[in-house]
Amino acid sequence: MADRAIMKGNEALAEAALRAGCRFFSGYPITPQTEVLEYLSWRMNEVGGDMIQTEDELTGLHMLLGASLGGARVLSTSAGPGFALFHEGLSYLCECEAPSVLVDVQRLGGGCGGISASQGDYEEVVHGGGNGDSQYIVLTPASVQEEVDLVQEAYELAEKYRNPVVIMTDAIIGQMMEGVTLPDMKEHDINKFDWAYKPLGANDTHGIQKAGWPSTGYDVYGPYRLKKFKDMHDNEQRWENVQVKDADVVCVAYGISSRVCKEAVKKARAKGVKLGLIRLITAWPFPEKAFAEINPNVKGLLVVEMSLKGQMVPDVKLATKCNLPVYTYLSCDVVPDSDMVVETAEAIIAGTAEEV
Amino acid sequence: MVKITYDAERCKGCHYCVSACPKKCVTPTGEFNAKGYEIVKFNEADCIACGSCYTMCPDYAITIVKED
Amino acid sequence: MATKTFKIPEALEGLGSHGCCQGCGHGIAARIIYEVIEEMGLTKNCIAFHDLACGSNMLYAQKYHGFSGAHGRAIPTATGFKRTRPDMLVFSYAGDGATYSIGMQHTVHTAMRDENITAIVINNTNFGMTGGQMSPTSLIGQKTTSSPAGRTKELNGNPVDVVKLYTDMDIAYLARGAVDSVPNINKTKNYIRKAFAKQMAGEGFSFVEILAPCPTNWGMTPAQSLERMQNEVFKKYELGEFIERSAK
Repeated sequence: MADRAIMKGNEALAEAALRAGCRFFSGYPITPQTEVLEYLSWRMNEVGGDMIQTEDELTGLHMLLGASLGGARVLSTSAGPGFALFHEGLSYLCECEAPSVLVDVQRLGGGCGGISASQGDYEEVVHGGGNGDSQYIVLTPASVQEEVDLVQEAYELAEKYRNPVVIMTDAIIGQMMEGVTLPDMKEHDINKFDWAYKPLGANDTHGIQKAGWPSTGYDVYGPYRLKKFKDMHDNEQRWENVQVKDADVVCVAYGISSRVCKEAVKKARAKGVKLGLIRLITAWPFPEKAFAEINPNVKGLLVVEMSLKGQMVPDVKLATKCNLPVYTYLSCDVVPDSDMVVETAEAIIAGTAEEV
Repeated sequence: MVKITYDAERCKGCHYCVSACPKKCVTPTGEFNAKGYEIVKFNEADCIACGSCYTMCPDYAITIVKED
Repeated sequence: MATKTFKIPEALEGLGSHGCCQGCGHGIAARIIYEVIEEMGLTKNCIAFHDLACGSNMLYAQKYHGFSGAHGRAIPTATGFKRTRPDMLVFSYAGDGATYSIGMQHTVHTAMRDENITAIVINNTNFGMTGGQMSPTSLIGQKTTSSPAGRTKELNGNPVDVVKLYTDMDIAYLARGAVDSVPNINKTKNYIRKAFAKQMAGEGFSFVEILAPCPTNWGMTPAQSLERMQNEVFKKYELGEFIERSAK
């Protein structure tokens, strides 16, 4: 029977991973992600899995690569500075088709940055991700419950495409407590995949030899991967549209910002301003299809993001083929204010806001 | 009786086998394989099947079977 | 009736030549590793995690499970796999560059964790695949393509000796062998056997460094490269068994 609990986002994510059958975690402490590692340090033992606190983040990824090659469901989590060290491993996970779930609990700033919330890792996570044509699905939860739900889904997507999946969340979703419904504990069978390394039978004349791409050569593997990327792009776009059909302004946001926008939509509608919201659930593939549903006479799209650069803007422009004016409300190191969202929407309608 | 199988095409001509043989049974031939490495020849009559040439060979070119 | 046979292990049979240079020590090392595996009856129940570079040449020289991951990361990848499938024989196979340079943190931390895997390190005192650059084990005075006047302590620092590095490590097994001569190859094979046996008994981390010649990058004939090992390399890197913890 499903359990109800009040949990921190990070801990709920950790518990949900275990309930999805994850039995291997390797990672390194970093605020605001550390609760995942701390929680698993005792909880993983209870379910008979392995949790290794590694020497650094990149080691964590190469360890879980090994575990994934053995058929296990694996997890590593970090924040922006650690995610930077993930890139080497991410590229290998993609290239070697090792299903895996990784998490970036975004924090503020470049370099070491600070520990408060931010959405400044969008480019790093969505368009970064390592050398050599790496690509993976990026899921963006906006609540503790969605952290739980998307972890389950992440493992299924990872195995469907034999690819890493990244959950991009932030310090607020990761740190706040909410009521959640946890799914039942699931056991994962490490022997269920034919691609996994496992003991050979007495009659097997060959094993698996893999060094990045398979022995078919890149001329075969390249097009195969390209098709995989296209399939992920075409089939896995996820979004939530809120009152977009008649909207004069449509916010585009994910994670904590999207929650504020939802509130802003209510506030705006209450005073007669037709505001809507496209909430990303996948940041890659970017939910281009979501834009087909919005009012064709919309006056502008409003990107609400806790960043300096408006990192999502290019994706929004591409999704609309640059046919709609795009505006931003960038709150950088503080949570966006719903009144400011409404004010900005009013300015867009009045023609006084500055387009980007 | 010792039977040595030598795959000359695998040989890379390092001649580790030549210097490892305690009975001086392995000698360079002055001939070359398709890859251009100087190959060796074996004197099976004097071979004591100690396995030194096999042990030193980095290229898996030598097999030795001793039968009584 | 055959009384004595010297024949490569089945895992290496029927394949083309590995890509190593004339006189390279990798071929010998790989052969004795798979001889041990065959003798232990583990041919179908083992996996090698190779590094990039010359070590990964050996990946396709055998027929069964092998994986070549990122440069310097063979040890952590092997670790993750072993934790998932503890009944299999799992070993990493990497060079001195991978093990003591880009992957040094794993060399230290895997020993600290006393991880139940075997690390095999081929030390030929240079980066072979990239054309003979200085590695952490290049000797003082050794000329390489990135220390053309010879390695100096002032400019390049001192070489690292894993035996000294591991002085305070509580691990199952540490040995250093060499593939320069029949007696040393036989001893090295024995070290590998002990290391694998300790792993299969769940005793913890085992580490075997194998000194090997690199005639191409040392600018020597194969025969000269063996002499260099005996006259120079062995003087810096002592051969033998250094840690052998009794079973827990």
